[in-house]
Amino acid sequence: MNRVNAVVVGAGAAGGILAKELAVAGLSVVLLERGKWFTANDCRKDDLRNQRTTVLGNAFGPEDEGNPRVWLDENGSPHIALPSEGAYQNNAACVGGGTLSYGAQAWRYMPQDFRMRSTYGAPVGSSLEDWPISYDDLEPFYEKAEYEIGISGDYGGTPFHGPRRRSLPMPPLPPNREFTILEPAARRLGLHPFPIPMARNSIPYNGRGPCMRCRWCCGFACEVDAKNGSQNTVIPVALNTGNCELRTGCMVKEILTDDRGRALGVSYFDPDGHLQQQLSDLVVVSACAIESARLLLNSKSRLFPQGLGNRYDQVGRNLQGHHYTGAIGYFDFETYDDVGPGASIAISDYNHGTPGLYGGGMLANEFIRLPIHMIDRLPANTPRWGLGHKQAMRAWHKRSIVIIGPTQQIPSENARVTLDPSVKDKWGLPVARLSGNVHPHTFEIGEVQAKRAEAWLKEAGAIHTSVTAGKPQSVSAGQHQAGTCRMGSDPRASVVNRECRLHDVNNVFVIDSSVHVTNGGFNPALTIMAIAYFASQSLVANWKAGGLRS
Amino acid sequence: MGSIETDTLLTRRRFVAAGALGGVAVAIGCHAGKRGFWEFLNEDQARTLAAVCDQIIPADEFPSASQAGVLSYIDRQLVRHYRRHRDAYKRGLEQAQQLSRKRFGQDMTALAQTQQFEIACDLERQNRPFFELVRNHTLEGYYGSPRHGGNRDAQSWRMLGLDEPPIRGRAQYDLTKGSPS
Repeated sequence: MNRVNAVVVGAGAAGGILAKELAVAGLSVVLLERGKWFTANDCRKDDLRNQRTTVLGNAFGPEDEGNPRVWLDENGSPHIALPSEGAYQNNAACVGGGTLSYGAQAWRYMPQDFRMRSTYGAPVGSSLEDWPISYDDLEPFYEKAEYEIGISGDYGGTPFHGPRRRSLPMPPLPPNREFTILEPAARRLGLHPFPIPMARNSIPYNGRGPCMRCRWCCGFACEVDAKNGSQNTVIPVALNTGNCELRTGCMVKEILTDDRGRALGVSYFDPDGHLQQQLSDLVVVSACAIESARLLLNSKSRLFPQGLGNRYDQVGRNLQGHHYTGAIGYFDFETYDDVGPGASIAISDYNHGTPGLYGGGMLANEFIRLPIHMIDRLPANTPRWGLGHKQAMRAWHKRSIVIIGPTQQIPSENARVTLDPSVKDKWGLPVARLSGNVHPHTFEIGEVQAKRAEAWLKEAGAIHTSVTAGKPQSVSAGQHQAGTCRMGSDPRASVVNRECRLHDVNNVFVIDSSVHVTNGGFNPALTIMAIAYFASQSLVANWKAGGLRS
Repeated sequence: MGSIETDTLLTRRRFVAAGALGGVAVAIGCHAGKRGFWEFLNEDQARTLAAVCDQIIPADEFPSASQAGVLSYIDRQLVRHYRRHRDAYKRGLEQAQQLSRKRFGQDMTALAQTQQFEIACDLERQNRPFFELVRNHTLEGYYGSPRHGGNRDAQSWRMLGLDEPPIRGRAQYDLTKGSPS
């Protein structure tokens, strides 16, 4: 096949942006994606088979057949996990990646989120660290993401977020009933509620119409294509340049290197299972935290016997996601109005600044409310089955509110992705093995957050509440997975530099949530996108200066 | 394995016409015979499973699990996404029958409601993993989308007071204008 300038592995949040930025700059690009390209017409609104409720499988990949992972329990025993099982920590495998079916909360991290160690110090046993870049470095690229992807919302009600030059391009969606119940209660508590920023059209934008306000949102493709991901924004732009070729159904096997330690391109299995090579001047890995680490670890050669970029055993460490805790409130009046996307109101009062806690997280009301979600969300004294359970479903389905939030995890280098020594996928490649957990202080923060959610619900009039603050026995990586190819200046303690380039290999970049040093107390998608724009800019500048050509 | 699947598929096709009626056969005591209507279950297993499911969701002014088609849901998934649970069902349903014969000297299906409840409690104590499986699958079938064979006529969604046809957002959306109405 013809040599190209750049191969991008993974057509998700970051990979789509890379493809667009490089193609617009004139580079020839091949964008490889192992999954399929779905459209709004593939929105099945199937409550048992989607990307969030997976009892009958994932709607947007990977399939359960032939794509296992292995996880170690707290005793160190290995277990197989299928993609539709929680222990797999799945995101998605399709064009758009997670952004096809995400809930589309589009948060900026706060300035403190980029300097956690400077703000708090590091708890003993943690790998809490500062990013090598600041909020100010990223601010213009957050703005670019907000305008190119399309974000609605209004940060005007919160004093806690970093400075910004421009407001969001679209106003927030009108409030739903939960918003009108929770907003005055938060104010009475002295909090600062505001509408959640969303990658969702509230008005016509980018040639597509606004949200239809249905409750089938998080986990589903958008029926009216009003939800904005890479698949309906930057990837079409990339393809329209004529410089980018998207190849779906292609699973990258390894990054190929020469005897001088430079990448030559990649080898990959095409949709028929035949091994192909795509040579290139540079390789960008954007396969999400678990699969990006796995690809580097699977790219072994004489010069890189431990895998690419892994000279100091850093690839795959610091795996993190978010520790979700919160509370459910039960009311003696109807709180449910069937108006989507459901999640509508948030506070970021509790992300930072609590004495004794190394951080915190945003709290917001929960996304969709489908009957299947309610079966294990009934008041604490409800029988798990029988007539009492059925009656409780009737009593509370339309009279309850969930407040929940992504507690920022305190990373640990022991939470990691390695290669399983025996289990292989359907292409014969060693699969990811997940082990370890985040620092236990995370769970202390989560408990405090859950009590805060409960207090908010009580103030709003809840007659019963129950708190959900577990202590998961493995890392909660999932759709918010991050951290496995840490960005830093010290090659012995990180994998890529601030430009997202491997310390070890001049023409290989990792650009996705893998590079997150810490993961904020917010949904990570917009930060992944901002970093993709940030890294694209230096990559293109470097390319134009001739620094990346072989 | 391939030939068994083919057999049940052929059987399934033959009974497709009886589909809507056949689903309630268990509840009203009219059975299509061994390997009749079901894709995976045999009739004995189906009757026992119906008894267990109807303890998990009993009838009141709204239908029980089996009346709402939960068996169709479970049976259908046992040849699809839940193939991996086939052995658990075979063994678990056999265990339920043994518990019933040991305690009451009769098949579970012949017991009174209160006795069936006791057997369900025994089963939950003695084989928690299987009972949890059936509990979850029953709730999925009852409260999940009718497209998977359970929740016939969206009866559970109506019970919860939700829109019928199901909540799809169109109530708020004028598709001709392409904007919220």
